[in-house]
Amino acid sequence: MPDVQTLVNELLFKLKKRKIEGSHATARQTAILLRLVISQQRIPYTHQAAALIDAVKAVGEQLVAANPVELAVGNIVRRVLHIIREEDLSLSTVAMVGLNVSAVSDDEGDTDQDDHPVLSAAAVAAASRNTLRPPSLQTLLEDLPDSAAVPHTSSSGDDSEGKSKSADKSSRSRRLKHDVIEAVNELIEDISTSHEQIAEQAVEHIHQNEVILTLGSSRTVLEFLCAAKEKKRSFRVFVAEGAPRYQGHLLAKELVARGLQTTLIADSAVFAMISRVNMVIVGAHAVMANGGVIAPVGLNMVALAAQRHAVPFVVLAGSHKLCPLYPHNPEVLLNELRSPSELLDFGEFSDCMDFGSGMGSPLLHVVNPTFDYVPPKLVSLFITDTGGHNPSYVYRLIADYYSTDDLVLQRKPAPVN
Amino acid sequence: MPPGRVPHGAIRPRVRQVGFVPRNAQPEPRARARPYPAEAGSPPLADSPASNSLSPVMIPPPRHLSDNLSTFRTPAVPVPEATRRHAGHSPVVGSYDPAESLLGTSSPAPSPPSSDRLIGDGEFSDESWLRRSNSAKLASSFPGGGFDKAVSTADLASNVSAKNTTEKGEGTALEVKNEAIPSSKPLKVKTTKSERRALQESQRAAKAAAKAEGNKSIAAASGRVTSVKAAKQPSQKKDVASAAPSVAASEKKGSDRAPEKDRKKDAPPPRMQFDDKSRVEKAKRRAVVNQTEARNRVELFRHLPQYEQGTQGPDLESKIFQLKPMHPAVYKVGLQFLAGDISGGNARCIAMLQAFQKAIKDYITPPEKNLNRDLTAKISSYVSFFTECRPLSISMGNAIRFIKNRIAKLPLSLSESEAKALLCSDIDRFINEKIIVADQVIVRHATTKIRDGDVLLTYGASCIVEMILLYAHEIGKQFRVVVIDSRPRLEGQSLLRRLIAKGLSCTYTHINAVSYIMHEVTGVFLGASSVFSNGTVYSRVGNASVAMVANAFRVPVIICCEAYKFHERVQLDSICFNELGDPDAILKVPGRMDVNYLDNLQNKENLQLLNLMYDATPSEYVSMIVTDYGMIPPTSVPVIVREYRREQLLM
Repeated sequence: MPDVQTLVNELLFKLKKRKIEGSHATARQTAILLRLVISQQRIPYTHQAAALIDAVKAVGEQLVAANPVELAVGNIVRRVLHIIREEDLSLSTVAMVGLNVSAVSDDEGDTDQDDHPVLSAAAVAAASRNTLRPPSLQTLLEDLPDSAAVPHTSSSGDDSEGKSKSADKSSRSRRLKHDVIEAVNELIEDISTSHEQIAEQAVEHIHQNEVILTLGSSRTVLEFLCAAKEKKRSFRVFVAEGAPRYQGHLLAKELVARGLQTTLIADSAVFAMISRVNMVIVGAHAVMANGGVIAPVGLNMVALAAQRHAVPFVVLAGSHKLCPLYPHNPEVLLNELRSPSELLDFGEFSDCMDFGSGMGSPLLHVVNPTFDYVPPKLVSLFITDTGGHNPSYVYRLIADYYSTDDLVLQRKPAPVN
Repeated sequence: MPPGRVPHGAIRPRVRQVGFVPRNAQPEPRARARPYPAEAGSPPLADSPASNSLSPVMIPPPRHLSDNLSTFRTPAVPVPEATRRHAGHSPVVGSYDPAESLLGTSSPAPSPPSSDRLIGDGEFSDESWLRRSNSAKLASSFPGGGFDKAVSTADLASNVSAKNTTEKGEGTALEVKNEAIPSSKPLKVKTTKSERRALQESQRAAKAAAKAEGNKSIAAASGRVTSVKAAKQPSQKKDVASAAPSVAASEKKGSDRAPEKDRKKDAPPPRMQFDDKSRVEKAKRRAVVNQTEARNRVELFRHLPQYEQGTQGPDLESKIFQLKPMHPAVYKVGLQFLAGDISGGNARCIAMLQAFQKAIKDYITPPEKNLNRDLTAKISSYVSFFTECRPLSISMGNAIRFIKNRIAKLPLSLSESEAKALLCSDIDRFINEKIIVADQVIVRHATTKIRDGDVLLTYGASCIVEMILLYAHEIGKQFRVVVIDSRPRLEGQSLLRRLIAKGLSCTYTHINAVSYIMHEVTGVFLGASSVFSNGTVYSRVGNASVAMVANAFRVPVIICCEAYKFHERVQLDSICFNELGDPDAILKVPGRMDVNYLDNLQNKENLQLLNLMYDATPSEYVSMIVTDYGMIPPTSVPVIVREYRREQLLM
């Protein structure tokens, strides 16, 4: 337990000091940490899932508080919680199927029973997990009430199950943990391979002689463009440098190294050039539930220009960037102001910015936000690792990955009645 | 024929009686024209201005037409022209008509009587006209005859010779002309007709020669014809064209139908396109500043000049004593442009005008030369030097047009010193009225739009916006300023420094954050390099983005621009016409040691760096344009352009 706590503190420290940034890295770190938390968690005989959920939530709350702007952390915590609930559900149904207990049999169990009447419990668990995971309309319609009912079966409604399956307890608790850890491993795998899965779709979206504009740098965009290049598509890329971090220079360097025809432009020239661009492809920081995008600063301007010239604005986002929250005033509340030193030399204007000069308020403010909010109406398409989606469909995607009970992490969930 | 058309047909003859026949009867001219020989014959008579109005492209058709229609005897071509001209050219002599029409129609066939008669009529007019036209024809037809291979040089030669003849002709004939304008008008009609004949013949010869050569030489021939036209111009527009021959020669249109003359002349000559290899080569040979072309130019902008910067400065400085014709003041300002020491539309324009002023003060008319013409040529050479240093801004183009116009309009009676003094005072007046006072007026207008508690956003460093903000602060308005800046020029920092020094409360950010800051902004003030007549605002790159975001956030965008920067050109995008800055400025981020990803990639084949200088803001993003004529919507720009032009011509 103490070693977990030190690791948690370490990640907290990194997040607070912004030593670790970017949704990909934070998501991955969070998932790894949560896996550790789960594996170290001692499981009681009853309410196992609830105990796991509580433990994960406690850590997740701290992580989210450490850097509330890094939405991927919260996303991953919610994903893990969802996984625990799901595993618990599938285990309980499998247990029911395996023991042929007719007293608590419910409709969902029946469908599973018809499909796999004589399989081993583990195989059935895997199968039911698989049927739960992919977003098919059938599973959505059937499982939604079920996932809403998960706390019922796992926490308060456990006693009926507990009575019937007391013999199976110890093996089941171990299996739950094992399954959850395996699922989290899958999640980590998903996060690290999301680039490739998005990049695989590149040829479907980029044609010959296309002119593509992007701003700043995103690994997903880089992989996406390179995947199209590898498939022998030849196209040109305009890269806006993305002040004040100038990540565009980095992207340009990478693209040039891979042999793509690259033109580096200043951010101010985006409007001038966009009339000759066929498509805007950008990465995102997070995708909100309404289809809005929290993106590197400057992209709202690019999106507006693209809309003006009817240029498709395509956002690449791995599924770990899907955030189940609806934004309110995201430009301010989901933003972060960085150091003015990126814009101005302190030497020259330091006296104007000095709060201690006794003048009350300083004459000069320097604003250096990190993110922009792109409203859903400006986005033409999201390309995630599960395929392309409209902004209006994002809320539905989110329902596949998160359970509604976890949307609010900050306080303990109210007891279900 | 349906019965409905009968009355229509019956009306027609009556209309014809009134005398507007040819215009109405245009659809079926030949059959209609025959019963009215006098009117049918009149077109060729009034043809002489019309013959000039025929552009080189249009010359062949009459010949074909006349070939085909020689049986009809009546050329149907210039009918509407003729009626228009009719009022101007009163002497309609009936006996002329057959010969004239014959001349007009059957010119290819050698018709001795008509030509005889022509010479007989024309001989009492000054011989120089004929001679000149002949020499011009010679010059033009000469290369057409034999030297088609050396097209460009021959063309040049013909140009030169044509110009020489003009000048020579001017020396002798112009004085005569000036006195004898009214009396010689009908005569001139005839002489130009002979010119036209000569021209047609020469063209025929050229065409015959070209038959073997192919289309290319035809084009060359027509080009030569243009030069003949240019040479012929003085005969028509006496004072304007003769006083400013180089201007006239440069815009080779030469067509001067009286009502459209001014408008035609106002139309800007086509800009140099830098993807035209041959012209670039030609320009390079003339160039004073030997700029090296930048590597890895962006494909889309091949038509714009793009040079490496910072290499030719010392070289040019050392050349100052070799460049005899360049005035030192001009040279200095040119170098400052090149180095970027003077930037900003008004500053550049004033610097240029003052350099011109000094040059004019030191100017001495060479012997045997005319001040008007020689000075215009001088100014033109200065202008091309400035252009080599840095492409001219629209406002500078307008100022140059003003100066040339003033020089052209100088009365001939003035002595040299008087003329120079007049020009210098004109330039002073231009600077004062069009720039300094205009700015004050704009400041007065714009400050009425600033209220207490406003948050005003501006982009880059526009001197007029700075003046507005400072003045509003001076008169005690309470407001905050948001200065948006962008790489690579970071002009906003200098503005910020000056505003803070004056005690204004400022917020500074970069252009990417404009949508973050726009929530709190109540008004956007932007400067402009030029405003085009479709309302497009041409200004420092980034202004369009700021205006777009402001528009998306429903914040009014106010453009502040002096009216002398308005231009009748139209533009839709930022690509057709623009200026490219130093590409290396994009590469290097000063003061940021961590951003050096591209340090040794300049020479990579597939990395291009684009440093655009300007962009075009569509008019729908502009709420208002504040000019010295008041506050106008962008749709009213063409009105200002037109009225302003007229005033400038009168000034």
